[in-house]
Amino acid sequence: MTKLREVCRNVRSKCAGPFWVTVDICFDGRKNYESYHQSEALGPAAFASAFGIDAALVKRFSIAELNVLKVSYPRETPQGGIVERDMHCGQQYVSLLDIELD
Amino acid sequence: MTPADGTMKTVNVLVPVGSLGVGVRAEEVRYGIERGAHVIASDAGSTDSGAAYLALGIAKYHREAVKRDLQVLMAAQAAHGIPLLIGSCGQAGGNGGLEWTRDIAIEVSNELKLTPRIAVIYSEQNKDVLKKKSALGKIHALAPLGPISDALIDSCEHIVAMMGPEPYIDALKMGADIVLGGRTTDTAVLAAVPLMHGMPPGLAWHAGKIGECGAQCTVNPAGGAGVLLRVGVDNFEVEPLSPANRCTQDTVSAHMLYENSDPFSLVEPGGILRVIDSRYLQVDPRTVRVTGATWDPKPYTMKLEGASAGPYQTIMIVGIQDPHVLANLDAFHDKMLAALHDRVAKTIGSEAGDYHISLRLYGWNAMTGRPVPSGAAAPREVGVLFVATAATQSMATLIAKACNPYLFHFPLKMDTELPTYGFAFSPADIERGRVYEFRLNHVVEVDDPFELVRTEWIDVGSGVSTRGGT
Repeated sequence: MTKLREVCRNVRSKCAGPFWVTVDICFDGRKNYESYHQSEALGPAAFASAFGIDAALVKRFSIAELNVLKVSYPRETPQGGIVERDMHCGQQYVSLLDIELD
Repeated sequence: MTPADGTMKTVNVLVPVGSLGVGVRAEEVRYGIERGAHVIASDAGSTDSGAAYLALGIAKYHREAVKRDLQVLMAAQAAHGIPLLIGSCGQAGGNGGLEWTRDIAIEVSNELKLTPRIAVIYSEQNKDVLKKKSALGKIHALAPLGPISDALIDSCEHIVAMMGPEPYIDALKMGADIVLGGRTTDTAVLAAVPLMHGMPPGLAWHAGKIGECGAQCTVNPAGGAGVLLRVGVDNFEVEPLSPANRCTQDTVSAHMLYENSDPFSLVEPGGILRVIDSRYLQVDPRTVRVTGATWDPKPYTMKLEGASAGPYQTIMIVGIQDPHVLANLDAFHDKMLAALHDRVAKTIGSEAGDYHISLRLYGWNAMTGRPVPSGAAAPREVGVLFVATAATQSMATLIAKACNPYLFHFPLKMDTELPTYGFAFSPADIERGRVYEFRLNHVVEVDDPFELVRTEWIDVGSGVSTRGGT
């Protein structure tokens, strides 16, 4: 079993405006990028289940030059609501690190 | 002012800092000017830190910090005769933050004996004007929000429209030394002067995007504050303002990912920046040259941001090291939350209204609120953040005070001696104020870039302030 954390040099998350979150999955090297960036385990359904959001709104971008898969999704609740837990969404990526890729 | 169009090989934009008030470095500004800066440009805000700043019309950074940065930049502006552009003044770019920044600029002018001609460009919106736009079908929702309504407009304390570069260019053509703008796209403030001098829009906007966070696009973002952008006819170059810092192909290209939901295209007022064909070339150890960006003109739209002021919150914090509690945190959380609601029902009853309580276990799952995978090791301690939300501050505090004894004495098992957990403060409850939220994620169609914008002029030397112009 290969976990996401084992094949990336960096994974980060950040708010992209008050209604969206964006995650940059920076694979460690071209080989890991090619092996995993299209993995089902990193598909919209995985993000929907990890963050409680609608899979149909998940956007994915493959950036081969940087060995990066970028995934953006709407926040479960808008920024700053009654139960805000992570204003800048900078900690949300951690929930992805143990995703099993194969 | 800068040389006339056509005489410039590159238009050089000195970006002193990612946001005004974070800390401009005088030696970096000197370096950028020595390297031929034609303009100093920076934004002063963002929505990232939440809706409170727009709803309240207050700044995020301290007045003294903004004043210190303006002292350095305004002195450089006056000494070298290059314009200074600041966008999204006062964090949210509403009238409150813009006028707060204007007053600091006037104070700095007087203290340094400067006499700049200052354009102050407002982009806060009148609700009635927006309702008319809405009735004409000129306001469109962006995912994930639904359609606009008058009620949604009325729910906002303040609404701003994000300006493009045109009002800045117009002000410069009318002789502004300093332009202080309301809410503006970060990119537009940096792209304005290159666009004014006829540089290709794809390159001007792309340079603006790369430079918008200052030294964030460098190897060592903490090792400097700003960057210099040199925008030419077939490429732009980016170089850090600190000689010890570097830009690399990776740090520059990766910045297109930053805080941006789509890495290949960026919707701006009047068009879309496309960077899918951009190439990044290291030209010396510190400088990266970028080519290939294009600009698709589109009908002019401005993005709206609106912030509401909602219910009130009172909070308490308690620390727990009790190993039995730590070994059963999920059950403890659920039991305590139920007990707190029961306590509110018995002591306050229906007068509590539509209240809300949340308990967030820092050290366990406070950041997600989702279940922790089974088998996770117990933490060494947790901090429990109690948050009561209610229609008034008084009611939120009444609820917190009613819950206080349960929060620090609640046992895991009912038949045991009451434990006492660790409060950090006395009084234990802290009135936090209101919940501020962004309500709008919409764009408005405008006839031209100036329709929803107005400019006021201040000639500090003459003491004259005039309204109008555009």
